[in-house]
Amino acid sequence: MTRFITSSFSHLILLIGILIMVFPVWMIFASSTHTSSMINMSGLQMFLGDSFYENYLRVLLYQGGFFKEITALKMFFNSFIMATGVAILSVVTSLMAAYALVYYRIKHATFLFWIIFITILVPLELRIFPTYSVMAELNLVNSYFGLIVPISASAIATLFFRQFYKTVPDELLESAKLDGANTWRFFVDFLIPLSKTMIVAMLIFMFVFGYNQYLWPLLVTTSEQYWTVVMGLKMMSGSIVHRFAFVMMSMVPPILIIIVLQKHFIKGVFQDK
Amino acid sequence: MIYPPYFYFTYMKKVQFKSSYSQYLFLAPQLGILLIFLYWPIIQTFRDAFTMQDAFGFGATFVWFDNFLFIFDDPAYFIAFKFTIIYSFVITLITGSIGLLLAVQANNVMHGKSTYKTLLIWPYAIAPAVVGVMANYFFSERFGLLYHLFHELWGFNWYESVFDSYIYVIIAGSWKQISANFIFFLAGLQAIQKSVIEASMIDCKNSFRRFWTITFPLLMPTTFFLIIINITYAFFDTFGIIDTTTIGAPSGETRTLVYKAYMDGFRGLDLGSAGAQSIMMMLIVLVITIFQFRYIEGKIHYN
Repeated sequence: MTRFITSSFSHLILLIGILIMVFPVWMIFASSTHTSSMINMSGLQMFLGDSFYENYLRVLLYQGGFFKEITALKMFFNSFIMATGVAILSVVTSLMAAYALVYYRIKHATFLFWIIFITILVPLELRIFPTYSVMAELNLVNSYFGLIVPISASAIATLFFRQFYKTVPDELLESAKLDGANTWRFFVDFLIPLSKTMIVAMLIFMFVFGYNQYLWPLLVTTSEQYWTVVMGLKMMSGSIVHRFAFVMMSMVPPILIIIVLQKHFIKGVFQDK
Repeated sequence: MIYPPYFYFTYMKKVQFKSSYSQYLFLAPQLGILLIFLYWPIIQTFRDAFTMQDAFGFGATFVWFDNFLFIFDDPAYFIAFKFTIIYSFVITLITGSIGLLLAVQANNVMHGKSTYKTLLIWPYAIAPAVVGVMANYFFSERFGLLYHLFHELWGFNWYESVFDSYIYVIIAGSWKQISANFIFFLAGLQAIQKSVIEASMIDCKNSFRRFWTITFPLLMPTTFFLIIINITYAFFDTFGIIDTTTIGAPSGETRTLVYKAYMDGFRGLDLGSAGAQSIMMMLIVLVITIFQFRYIEGKIHYN
């Protein structure tokens, strides 16, 4: 009986928690399916209206921005390129760097280790203008390269891969050496297949990290052609229901990825088996 | 982002490959990117901080610590400093306690554990700037639900009242961070061995006391890890939230240090001051890290 009461209490608390999370998003979604005059007259809506297709299609195809050069569809394309670029570039470089640090008898190992890891103490926000002027000098403002690379300059994934390599038993390398595997073969044939979960987790983590960037795209894209979704939210003109619809759509990609790949993500980040 | 100290200890396998040129092939891509896009800008930050641009941008003169003296003389800097400290403290407290409460309940239930997990995990993925835009609608004077609710209760008006604008950005800043705290606390709870919990159940019948004397101390590593995560979130990731909600209103009271540095550099084109402010923040991060190594690491045990 007490067991029943305490567990009902737990369910109640959890339901309240879920309500706090879901309710605001639901209200914006419901409101995004109404007309602007409806919102202006009677505020945010609890129930669905019937302007869903009309509002969402208009937002996707509307030429926004000051110069009317970009649609939401193009922004999603840009965000996708940026997020994928950040995920792949940072995961590949981190995977390799962590390998060298753990599996080689390097001369200045401690020095190299600190050169790489001290960087996670200096987030992009702390060096944003100098990074911009470096990009300007290299002529990389307004390019996908400029959006992607400075965000990928991060050793976060390197830390996680190093932690993971530590758990790989030493016998693996011993037996691989007996089989005559060289460093490259060991990396590609043994270590990468073994790190699959961790790689997926880091790809998700860095994809969401790249997609959610706000400040950097704001600074490095003066041309509307390169606007991303998250920074575009503030730039987009349009009536209130169209803004609602755009906000709703902007959340979909990262949420979908986290929910669908939840198991891999948690498995990798917490390294449970 | 700052991680628990065990992340930082150098580590090498007992069985390794001999040092050879191929190691540099593995290191080169990451080191190259870090040198060009991280170290070079950091060096420039220091150069900016100790120089002053002339009015037309033609040259810069070395001015020692003048830029630092200017920011210490600036009352707006201390307002931003005060707000950042309060903001990170309150966000840590709110998101930590709600996250812990939810994690304990989710760990408690027999059925539907993974459903609850899925339903509570997704806000983590939303960009702070998107959360800010959403909060904007709930605090809009025209149709904002929370605006009207609070207005009825005590005449809420974030355009003018400092306290009310704090409430606005704290609610906006806490919402998605509850998810992160929930995920980590739940993982921490699930890592505690069943036998420990079962043994404690025999010794202590009161579940409330059992939690605070047995379970919570075992969660210490997670708690400290989350404190650091939440502080860094409040310091750096909330830029998008401030920029889409109050924009610092009223009169700069809700500007974080990062936000102020950006505004001084971008709007004011004062790169010297922005550089000096960045270096001050690097010092703060350094102090937090050292504190974490010295005091926290000595007092808790990672299992």
